[in-house]
Amino acid sequence: MVSPEERIRELKEKAMRAVDKPAPYGPDIDLSQYSCGSQECFYVEDLSQLKEVDPEELARSGVDISGRGRSGSFVQLDNTIVHRKALEKGVEILGTTEALQKYDWAWDYFWNVVQVDADKYTADVELNGYEGYFIRALPGSRTIYPLQACLYIRSPRLVQRVHNIIIAEEGSELHIITGCASDHKVDMALHLGVSEFYVKRNAKITFTMIHNWVPGMDVRPRSGAVVEEGGVFLSNYIVLEPVRSLQLYPTARLVGEGAVARFNSVLVAREGVLMDVGSRVVLSAPRCSAEVVSRAITMGGTIVARGHLRGEAEEVKAHLECRGLMLEQGGGMLAIPELEATVPNVDMSHEAAVGKIAQEEIEYLMARGLSEEEATATIVRGFLNVKIEGLPPVLEREIQRMMEISRESAL
Amino acid sequence: MAEKEDGMHGQTVLEIKDLHVEVEGREILHGVDLTIKCGETHVLFGPNGSGKTTLLMAIMGFPRYRVTRGRIYFAGEDITDLDPHLRAQRGIGIMFQRPPTIRGLALRDMVRLCASRDLDVEAMAEEMNLAEFLQRDVNYGFSGGEIKRSELLQLLAQDPRLVLLDEPESGVDMENLQLVGRAIRKLLQKDRRRTRTKCGLIITHTGYILDYVEADMGHVLCDGKIVCSGNPREQLEGIRKYGFEECARCTR
Ligand SMILES: Nc1ncnc2c1ncn2[C@@H]1O[C@H](COP(=O)(O)OP(=O)(O)O)[C@@H](O)[C@H]1O
Ligand SMILES: [Mg+2]
Repeated sequence: MVSPEERIRELKEKAMRAVDKPAPYGPDIDLSQYSCGSQECFYVEDLSQLKEVDPEELARSGVDISGRGRSGSFVQLDNTIVHRKALEKGVEILGTTEALQKYDWAWDYFWNVVQVDADKYTADVELNGYEGYFIRALPGSRTIYPLQACLYIRSPRLVQRVHNIIIAEEGSELHIITGCASDHKVDMALHLGVSEFYVKRNAKITFTMIHNWVPGMDVRPRSGAVVEEGGVFLSNYIVLEPVRSLQLYPTARLVGEGAVARFNSVLVAREGVLMDVGSRVVLSAPRCSAEVVSRAITMGGTIVARGHLRGEAEEVKAHLECRGLMLEQGGGMLAIPELEATVPNVDMSHEAAVGKIAQEEIEYLMARGLSEEEATATIVRGFLNVKIEGLPPVLEREIQRMMEISRESAL
Repeated sequence: MAEKEDGMHGQTVLEIKDLHVEVEGREILHGVDLTIKCGETHVLFGPNGSGKTTLLMAIMGFPRYRVTRGRIYFAGEDITDLDPHLRAQRGIGIMFQRPPTIRGLALRDMVRLCASRDLDVEAMAEEMNLAEFLQRDVNYGFSGGEIKRSELLQLLAQDPRLVLLDEPESGVDMENLQLVGRAIRKLLQKDRRRTRTKCGLIITHTGYILDYVEADMGHVLCDGKIVCSGNPREQLEGIRKYGFEECARCTR
């Protein structure tokens, strides 16, 4: 066993070698434009004491300040954790640096499914300090209510560095809602977010992330998941508000028999917005299955929707669906679905469609009494209404409600 | 125009005068005249491609069906240049033959948005044998018979004054035909007579629907013209015996 000190030195060295390594996708960002100086803020025991953030702002990102209907909360402002508390037995919420101090074994989950030298952004997170959450569901535990986490930027020109670790121990079930948002006064800032998910045997994680940034934000999430035998990983990613640029391409590795991964993303890009969003699933054990669904709307912005499924074991089943709607002139949409198999006995498929709203759908609704604008809005709402399967009813209702709120404000 | 009596038995609801309609630059209807009075049900016969669907689409006002001459009046108002949704709001409802699927829009919500009032959607769907379909995306994976029932459910919710039905019996099995017939009778208030406020225009290729819904008047459309108007049962008999060829010839 290497000691934490040794491990840190190793990671820093690796990171140092990657500081100039550009990401394969997305516009390159000059990190020197940003500062790490966050404004001072204090830890609060109770979320209602949090004065720095408008509760409504949080609500739009799925974070309920009352904590009702949640099994715990985590809030990070800029680069400071201001609240973390678990309300149910069976789950643990810590700050990531805190967890690494508390548990030696925590290092096994640190830079394990995401590589520290993946690109300059992962390297920067390691080298220049980070916070983030460490959430763990104990073996066999099942929380009905979701945990909520909020990552909030309130200082202009800030780089927010986050490193999250999420572990669902054997047979446990964990539901997390993460809202990322920034203050409207922030004209420009950068969010670098590393998230590592570990789904153990017969465990389940559902992860729903809503981004409500501002037009000057650049966002580079770096996520990975490893799913063991019988485990389930469901990820929902919703970005309806403008950012300057957003690029991510998370990978889920299904390493145990019968493991399941499902990625849903719902994206809206207005003028001036660039989104390059993909999901990748590597199916490395027999009878694993995966589904990647992406719904993208451009209203003058540009969206690249990627998807990559790789079947490496017998009898895996995977499907990829990319659907894009262009509602306005300008911008563009590029759907790049990729299927790859290294063994013959796999069932993998994809469908991709890009275009404008079908006139006959509009006319159908007009014949029922809706004006053209109402008909268009109804079709768009339906398009974004991705059915997320496998969620407990409480969470499904909650997510539908959140989607409704963010849709209303965005469209 | 006696607008006050609008809705009374015998009042003209739909009046079409010398209607010429073009589709993609080609004239399909060459001068159609048709009057439907309150309480009446008319059926429209005609060979494939004669322009029956075109006539219904033009009455609904879809832009692809361009009126180049003639007028359409609804309850005394000239609606020739009105958008389809305004015609729907005035009280015209149409059953689509091949409606599109709208992903993410549940049949339940579609039914709700058809209605201008609060409805017991569950009970209505139950009656159309569509209860389990309410949470499905509208028309997604629906069979032919399910589409007809779903269209009728939407129309029942809309409750239009003038009902336009395009081959409501096509692709429907015997069992469902009963249900479809019952729904149409309900839409057209067939249980009433003098107090009836609804009227309908039904396209039928086979005429089977007449076994379920009584019609007052029949029209035969050939090559974009109404060549015969009269008793629908006699017309159907003639068409069955001699075909549309003869039917068109008899007017010459
Ligand atoms: N959307 C359309 N585009 C091009 N041609 C059409 C369209 N709709 C109808 N037509 C043409 O108009 C004629 C009449 O069609 P239609 O009204 O569908 O007849 P019917 O319903 O009596 O079978 C046909 O020759 C058909 O090919
Ligand atoms: Mg037709």
